Amino acid sequence: MLEIFQYGFMRNALAAGVLVSIACGIIGTYVVINRIVFLSGGIAHAAYGGIGLGYFLGINPVIGAIVFSLLAALGMGFVHRRTGQRSDTIIGVMWAIGMALGIIFLDLSPGYKADLMSYLFGSILAVPNSDLLIMLVLNAIIVILVWLFYRELQAISFDETFAFVVNVPVDKLYLMLVCLIGLTVVMTMRIVGLIMVIALLTMPPAIAGLFVKDLKRMMLLASLLSIVFSFSGLLLSFYLNLTSGATIILIAGVAYTISFMVQRMFSRNTLKAGSQAKQE
Amino acid sequence: MNNKQREHAQTVIEMEGVWVALDSQTILEDVHLVVHETDFIGLIGPNGGGKTTLLKTLIGLLQPTAGKIRIMGKSVAEGRCHIGYVPQTVEFDRQFPIRAWEVVQMGLLGCRKPFRPISPEEREVIEHALEQVEMEDLGQRAIGELSVGQRQRVYIARALTSQPQILLLDEPTASVDPQAAGKIYDLLRRINQTVTIVMVSHDMNAVSSYVKSIGCLNRRLHYHGKKEVTQDMMDAIYKCPIDLIAHGLPHRVLSAHDEKGGNHA
Repeated sequence: MLEIFQYGFMRNALAAGVLVSIACGIIGTYVVINRIVFLSGGIAHAAYGGIGLGYFLGINPVIGAIVFSLLAALGMGFVHRRTGQRSDTIIGVMWAIGMALGIIFLDLSPGYKADLMSYLFGSILAVPNSDLLIMLVLNAIIVILVWLFYRELQAISFDETFAFVVNVPVDKLYLMLVCLIGLTVVMTMRIVGLIMVIALLTMPPAIAGLFVKDLKRMMLLASLLSIVFSFSGLLLSFYLNLTSGATIILIAGVAYTISFMVQRMFSRNTLKAGSQAKQE
Repeated sequence: MNNKQREHAQTVIEMEGVWVALDSQTILEDVHLVVHETDFIGLIGPNGGGKTTLLKTLIGLLQPTAGKIRIMGKSVAEGRCHIGYVPQTVEFDRQFPIRAWEVVQMGLLGCRKPFRPISPEEREVIEHALEQVEMEDLGQRAIGELSVGQRQRVYIARALTSQPQILLLDEPTASVDPQAAGKIYDLLRRINQTVTIVMVSHDMNAVSSYVKSIGCLNRRLHYHGKKEVTQDMMDAIYKCPIDLIAHGLPHRVLSAHDEKGGNHA
């Protein structure tokens, strides 16, 4: 089993797995509790436009994706704050336009473009050292900002009306949060691909949320679960010769389904005890 | 508090000719209201009469289309630092990972700088607020695990944590059982010794027995700083007295029936 660590690409893949898992555990928790999964999907697909632009301009596509995802995040975040209920329509529009832009840019770019699929379905086995460094920096930004604004972010997630009334800068913090989602999306894209960004961002925190009712613990558990899914997915895909990104997602999916059922059974058993306690 | 004392008391809220429209529909019409220190005002009125709108306008959640609002002599954005707001309901996900203690902590956020851990003094303020609403034992519970009444008390504690001079409550006892409601009103009466309270309520029993003065709101506000609902208020807000009688409330709300308890249903 240890022989896989002899391969450089495998060591990079495992390192990428850890870095992405930490970010997804933290940011995914906010995505899940704020119920903005669709918005995150929109950012992820708009980021694809940046990848196309990166190829077109001949720069690192990750840089293009970062720029595009930040712009998309700010745009969608702004729309979400301002228009409220109908924001999902506009997010859907931006989602589609970003995707289309990416493909048009790629059409216009000369040369070899087979790498495209790796952004759609992930290329965790081909993560270069430079991308690892970018991920490390992004991770540091996420951890520091969330650590600094932990209470404020929790407050706007729980009850933004009250947060506004006590003069917490709700709009600015919200835009910061969607930008962090954008950055996380770019990182996750490298490992499991654009199509499945949503899965890593939602499933580990969703599982964690079933079992813990504390925000910090939810983040911690989500990150740990994400690491477990990435590692086991990598090993399985290595030995069974499967696509690594898809394997990771399926493992997470199976884990989610099982924990959902376990939690349902568990809560049914405690339901009686709980209602009795409440009456007292 | 009689009128002479009232004149000496400090003005905490001043609304002058305030109009509020939502989607081009007028909700509040030319509202004038002066609230003095340690007033306890109960606002009644029909559904859609603008009670909640009035509170939301006071804390800047809605912008008036005309008129002036001063809170502690300051603009709404600055003055609302002195206000503790208890909304009617907080829409949230029952799974939301937040403890009652952390909800109460939200009351501190506006007045403190970020980046610092909670100081022992601030911790004490939070503990004290939880004690005031008799929720100190449940502070570590997740908010979704609490009953409606317990949550309502947590929201009151949250409002108290900012150590407000004014407390605005929107239906604090809606969907709370009578026993819990009584506790909440007793608490409000205690708090009212130092804190000014404006409360929107459908609970006429409570309004009649706990507040110091009553205002009727049906687009226009009818408020004279008194506890009686006068004839002109009734005339102006036709639905108001209907409500009163239908609920079989204590006679003393209606000035015409003073002394003799005639209309207990």
